[in-house]
Amino acid sequence: MALIELKHVVGGYGGAPILNGVDIAIDKSDIGVIVGPNGAGKSTTLKAIFGLLQVTGGTIEFGGENIVNSLPDRLVPKGLSFVPQEKNVFTAMSVEENLEMGAFTRRDDFSDTMAWVYEMFPVLAEKRRQPAGELSGGQRQMVAMGRALMSKPTLLMLDEPSAGLSPRYVIEIFETIARVNKEGVGILMVEQNARQALAFASKGFVLAGGQNRFTGTGPELIADPEVAKSFLGG
Amino acid sequence: MTEIVFFINQVIISGLVLGCIYALGAIGITLIFGILRFAHFAHSELMTGGAFIAFLLASAFTAWGIATPIPTGFVVLPIAMVLTAILALGIDKGFYAPLRKRGAKPVTLLIASIGVTLMVQGLIRLFFGTGTYSFFENEPKAIFRIDTSVIGSTRALVITEPQVLMIVVTLVSVVALHLFLTRSRLGKAMRAMADNADLAQVSGINTALVVRVTWVIAGALACMAGTMLALDVTLKPDLAFNIILPIFAAAIVGGLGQAYGAIAGGLLIGFAETLAVFNWTMLLRPLNAVLPDWLQLPPSLALVPTEYKLTVAFLILVVTLLVRPTGIFKGASS
Repeated sequence: MALIELKHVVGGYGGAPILNGVDIAIDKSDIGVIVGPNGAGKSTTLKAIFGLLQVTGGTIEFGGENIVNSLPDRLVPKGLSFVPQEKNVFTAMSVEENLEMGAFTRRDDFSDTMAWVYEMFPVLAEKRRQPAGELSGGQRQMVAMGRALMSKPTLLMLDEPSAGLSPRYVIEIFETIARVNKEGVGILMVEQNARQALAFASKGFVLAGGQNRFTGTGPELIADPEVAKSFLGG
Repeated sequence: MTEIVFFINQVIISGLVLGCIYALGAIGITLIFGILRFAHFAHSELMTGGAFIAFLLASAFTAWGIATPIPTGFVVLPIAMVLTAILALGIDKGFYAPLRKRGAKPVTLLIASIGVTLMVQGLIRLFFGTGTYSFFENEPKAIFRIDTSVIGSTRALVITEPQVLMIVVTLVSVVALHLFLTRSRLGKAMRAMADNADLAQVSGINTALVVRVTWVIAGALACMAGTMLALDVTLKPDLAFNIILPIFAAAIVGGLGQAYGAIAGGLLIGFAETLAVFNWTMLLRPLNAVLPDWLQLPPSLALVPTEYKLTVAFLILVVTLLVRPTGIFKGASS
């Protein structure tokens, strides 16, 4: 059974639907990458899963349970976490407080999770008392990911984690994502750096017009001449 | 020396008391703005309403013959604060929450809060009339006179018992609020939501709970401020309505959304107003002895007449907005 399965999801912000039937299935061991042109409904798909917009058709099952239109405060305890693309840290709060907020839904002792996050991002441990707003773009992205990991998710969703980062940081962030995945967290992410992201994806989804156009493993999609021609710039 | 003691009586003590009242009111306004992103005009009515609740409780205490060692107004304050917090929650549920649910703009909520202001004020007038009341009709207002003749002053340092208690109670509340915001899980969640409401929701923070906590704190502090104001002067239906604008000025000067900014802004405006209406001749009078005849100090040397006290708050507000638009503590720009 897939960790998360979207079947023909239709939804939008009240007007005309943006998603017109999206199918996605991810296992715990997967790194799933959604690519596609602007306005294809990539970020919207993640938001639909996270209850941030109205889903009017199709089903979303997470861990075998229907979660259509559930709100984040119900989804986070179930093991779902989301890193938005922009404004994804609490700028006026310290790094450590940002992490604590990620564990808001947990009532147990989360110090071991925090130690795990600091182990993954040693630079954050050094800056734990600094306001997150004072960090560099790459470090903020680490805080954002760290915050999302504090709830011990089984599926981590990231919206363009490499957006606005220098090439060196892009590689670093992708490597970190792969490491998180190895620790047993399923990944579903949207990426603008399509070729680079698909190269390390175990599952790739090419969306256009709010629908799946191509689905396959990352290398398959890169090798597909049609995908390459239409979506990867030749 | 007499002049300095007079200055302390007239400026330091009065300014501190006024500053405390402004600060407690402004904290509520700034917290509500931080969480719900609208200017809550009806905060004045939470203050006045809270003061009337405290007054009713105090009257009941007196009627039952319960004598208290400190002014009854302070004894009943915790109960009145709880009741005002419930009132604040009720107002939110009845008037603002339905609007928020429909996605109303902040300006709509602002207008709604003006409506709430008129309504609550009308209700208070309906039950209490337009007259003034005093907490000290049945008990004396203790006044401490500290003899300052040791430092060569002929005037005593005068402070009333309510004033002393007011300063202490404000201090305790501010420390408690600080600990709540920096140590507790809910307090941090409140700061998180004020910082970035969308991300707070995404993190799984129960935003509805944070909103309720905000109203409870704002309502309780408003009751405290209103009751203190009524204890210091008198209780009347437009008690806090008259000072809502300087309180807003305090919140904006401090930086909207910043609790510490509201405290700083409140004290700043409280002191500035008191300094502006202070008759400086009273302090500088000894200079007359050394000044030449043609440069004698006039009998009254106040920066502004007492009736224009309110303008001081606006002057500070205008200057702040020109020089540092986000306020002293870098608050949100609306």
